[in-house]
Amino acid sequence: MSTQLLTPPKSGQPNLPAKKVSKLNIYLGSLTVGFLIFALGLRGRATMPLDRSSLTPFHVWLDNVSAWIDTNRNSNPVFTTFVNVIRNFMDGFVTFLQNMISQTGDTRTIPQIGWLGIVAIIGFVVYAISNLKIAIFAMVGFITLGLFGLWQESMDTLALTLAAVILSLIIGIPLGILAGLYPRFEKMITPALDFAQVMPTFVYLTPVTLFFLIGPASATIVTLIYAVPPALRITSVAIKQVPWSSVEAAVSMGSTRWQALRKVQLPQAKRTIVVGVNQTIMAALSMVTIAALIDAPGLGQVVIRALESLDVGRAFQAGLAIVILAVVLDRSTTAAASKVDSGNTKAEFKRNHRIVLAGLAILAFVACLVSRSINWAGAFPASGSIGSNIAKYVDTYVNWFQMHFVTVTNDITDVVSYGLINPMQTLLTQSPWFITGLAFVGLGAIFGGKKLAAISAFCVLAIVGTGLWSDTMATLASTLVASVITVALGIIIGVWIGRSRRAERWIRPALDAGQVLPAFVYLVPFLGLFGATRFTAIMAAVVYAAPASIKLMADGIRGVPDSIIEAATAAGSSSWQMITKVQIPSARRALALATNQGIIYVLAMIVVGGLVGAGGLGYLVVAGFAQENLKGKGLAAGLAIVLLGIMLDRITQAIAHRNSKEYAATSH
Amino acid sequence: MFKNHRARRVTTFVLLAGAVTFASSAAGNAQVGFSKASTAKCGTVTLADNAWVGYEANLAVVQYVLKHNLGCKVVVKNISEEISWQGFASGQVDAILENWGHQDLAKKYITTQKVAVDLGLTGNKGIIGWYVVPWMAKKYPDILNYKNLNKYASMFKTSESGSMGAFLDGDPSYVTNDEAIIKNLKLNFKVIYTGSEAALITSFRNAEAQKKPMIGYFYEPQWFLAQVPLKHVTLPAYTVGCDAVAAKVACDYPPYPLNKVASAKFMKSGSPAAKMIKNFNWTNADQNSVAKSLAVDKLTDDAAAKIWVTAHAAQVKAWLA
Repeated sequence: MSTQLLTPPKSGQPNLPAKKVSKLNIYLGSLTVGFLIFALGLRGRATMPLDRSSLTPFHVWLDNVSAWIDTNRNSNPVFTTFVNVIRNFMDGFVTFLQNMISQTGDTRTIPQIGWLGIVAIIGFVVYAISNLKIAIFAMVGFITLGLFGLWQESMDTLALTLAAVILSLIIGIPLGILAGLYPRFEKMITPALDFAQVMPTFVYLTPVTLFFLIGPASATIVTLIYAVPPALRITSVAIKQVPWSSVEAAVSMGSTRWQALRKVQLPQAKRTIVVGVNQTIMAALSMVTIAALIDAPGLGQVVIRALESLDVGRAFQAGLAIVILAVVLDRSTTAAASKVDSGNTKAEFKRNHRIVLAGLAILAFVACLVSRSINWAGAFPASGSIGSNIAKYVDTYVNWFQMHFVTVTNDITDVVSYGLINPMQTLLTQSPWFITGLAFVGLGAIFGGKKLAAISAFCVLAIVGTGLWSDTMATLASTLVASVITVALGIIIGVWIGRSRRAERWIRPALDAGQVLPAFVYLVPFLGLFGATRFTAIMAAVVYAAPASIKLMADGIRGVPDSIIEAATAAGSSSWQMITKVQIPSARRALALATNQGIIYVLAMIVVGGLVGAGGLGYLVVAGFAQENLKGKGLAAGLAIVLLGIMLDRITQAIAHRNSKEYAATSH
Repeated sequence: MFKNHRARRVTTFVLLAGAVTFASSAAGNAQVGFSKASTAKCGTVTLADNAWVGYEANLAVVQYVLKHNLGCKVVVKNISEEISWQGFASGQVDAILENWGHQDLAKKYITTQKVAVDLGLTGNKGIIGWYVVPWMAKKYPDILNYKNLNKYASMFKTSESGSMGAFLDGDPSYVTNDEAIIKNLKLNFKVIYTGSEAALITSFRNAEAQKKPMIGYFYEPQWFLAQVPLKHVTLPAYTVGCDAVAAKVACDYPPYPLNKVASAKFMKSGSPAAKMIKNFNWTNADQNSVAKSLAVDKLTDDAAAKIWVTAHAAQVKAWLA
């Protein structure tokens, strides 16, 4: 099971002491054999199935809790004051941004800044933080949004995303630095982060609207919950990556701890922190569609409405607009960082640059003024015919593809379902819960000792407590299949683009698209190809999860010090040896992060899977969002997803940690 | 160093000057764009928009009439059914234009909290039931009676349904008794929860195109039936109370007369919009024609509504009376 996820590459093993490996193998082997004997021998017993519409007392209790909140939220003054302050602040912030760039007020026909002004400002800002090429790219990107006929929707999405990203970074980066510096603090907040990243959004969509009402505040909060963890986590990893020796050196030369952080740790951590900023933007944009379910303005609305009539073309058009926004924001932030890294520090250059910037600033302001007083520069003049042509083209292409390949794709679905998913699911759902539970505790004990065994035991018992063991096992089967595919892709493509800048340039847009193209856009074509099945859900999860794994892996490969590469080249390593013996082992930390994030992203798609026939916990969460009397059960299903996620997360982390320790031990 | 300093001063000056110009132009801007039509009489109406095309059709026409005949400003909120009801309590939603049952919500918000009121029927009659793809109904006519379903059950087997035939359910927000019906009528089927209307419709569409067997839950009025006319399977007829105990249901779904719901505050406000929404009433054929304009011909709400309203001027006049 999970052991397959992170078994070290075969070639790494000759380095390890033989005794240790065989001991580990004996443990794992006996655990597997023991599990299979008991699971098959006792199959069908203590499987804890629960009918779709049946409720346990725990579900009813959760129902009552949410009903209590519903009736009391207006009468508790402390509570209402606190919530109202946050709501007013968020609403104000988003509305301010909307008034600036997207929404017309009562007395105006264009926002404060028209499209020409916005394009000019984008060009100016991007040029100021990166370079001319990216600035032109960004402006072309924005104009494309207008040509699609989706200017206002795009700007609404931009306003909401900006608000959420700014708040996420304000919260996430300082906390991430703290977590990087103080392991104890990190331990304290990790459960909260896991909870926030793994808890399906659908679960808290209704409660959030109960507190913060329908509107921008709720949408921002929903996005924040999801976008803060990557910012925080990756910042913390970035800080920890800086060798402790360089901090000590700075301190011994008379720096204070604060100076060491500012002058040594932060600059060295910058490259990875930008990956964090980047992931935060992607996370925020990936919430655009779900937030639209509680009336978040913007492109998400277009997608949801297109889905009503299965209008794949229109959904794709709006999805593409989201991707364009993401790519522009992504490229600008990345280029900004590498510019700071290799900044030209000559005074001469700086002065000229300033004068150019001042000139451009004047131009941008003039453009803003023009966009406020001339109609064609205010409201985007395009008819949107380019957009509808794209929609038509996509429709035609998708239909053609579906018509010609549907037999093949149906066969693939059947092969994977009968050959892999069904046996796995039967094994997991038909085994007694205590046998599967013990297997998890055993895995925990083997890889992480007593403490991890205890965590696994807690998670297993808590899942049993939610009353949804059987559904959890069904979901676990699909999750494992999706995770294996995701990590495999992460390693293969991650190594490839980590080694080749040119490959990266071509692959990267596809990765960005996979991460931010709302799943709703490709669900309908996937449904057409693979039917309403668990396999469709797995495919959707892989599309979403693999890019994160790939990017983190590639970043790790690039982070391998040149000296090591040069030494290996001098020793006459072939490319294959270089990859398997040098680059992947040196990038173990990144591999661990890539695996871990891959699984967490797969878990994030469980609910989307519930929308296309995966059943299990995902469906229950969706049902809880939709039906008053299933609210408690949906909440319980959300909890079960979190518990399952935490257990998988901890076990894979322990396996990865063990590997990097062994590597460190053998390489010295 | 000196030059550098001056450059910075230049930048600062430019920024300042820009800000001042910008601010002053902001003040004068009200005169630039032409101001919007006065909406003093009707004010703002906030309508919930639930995610199915039939609802969209009601919304398109009501919105069109409110805007063009009464000069209202209409705000549309895209939210799910439950959150729409919640909006009555928070004052964020004025009306829901097509409500399917939801007795639990009605009890909570109409009877207990008294924040919402029933605005009467829309005139549309909802039918919920079991449907098969048309090609099957033609080839195996007796499949349309539930008694013969077991004969064909093995044809419906898929990778998801094990040894049973697959019976597909859609969006979980819809009322379903299918598990109970299957169990109590001893049918050899397993309910597969596709989880969304999109998944259900795509499945039906593919099954018809590829001539594959499929049976599932569906409802009318629905624009998709104009594209693929699914055939209704007869279950034991509905009698009042036959669905009282959820686990023991062995009969068809009741007919659903669809209604409108509005916030109590909105009804008391005396807005002409409230009266219009209360009077709004039309037939399934009316709704289907507008829904088809939206879903199949891909017209905008406004364009689709305009076609229907122009052709039914007298009816619209009656709503406004």
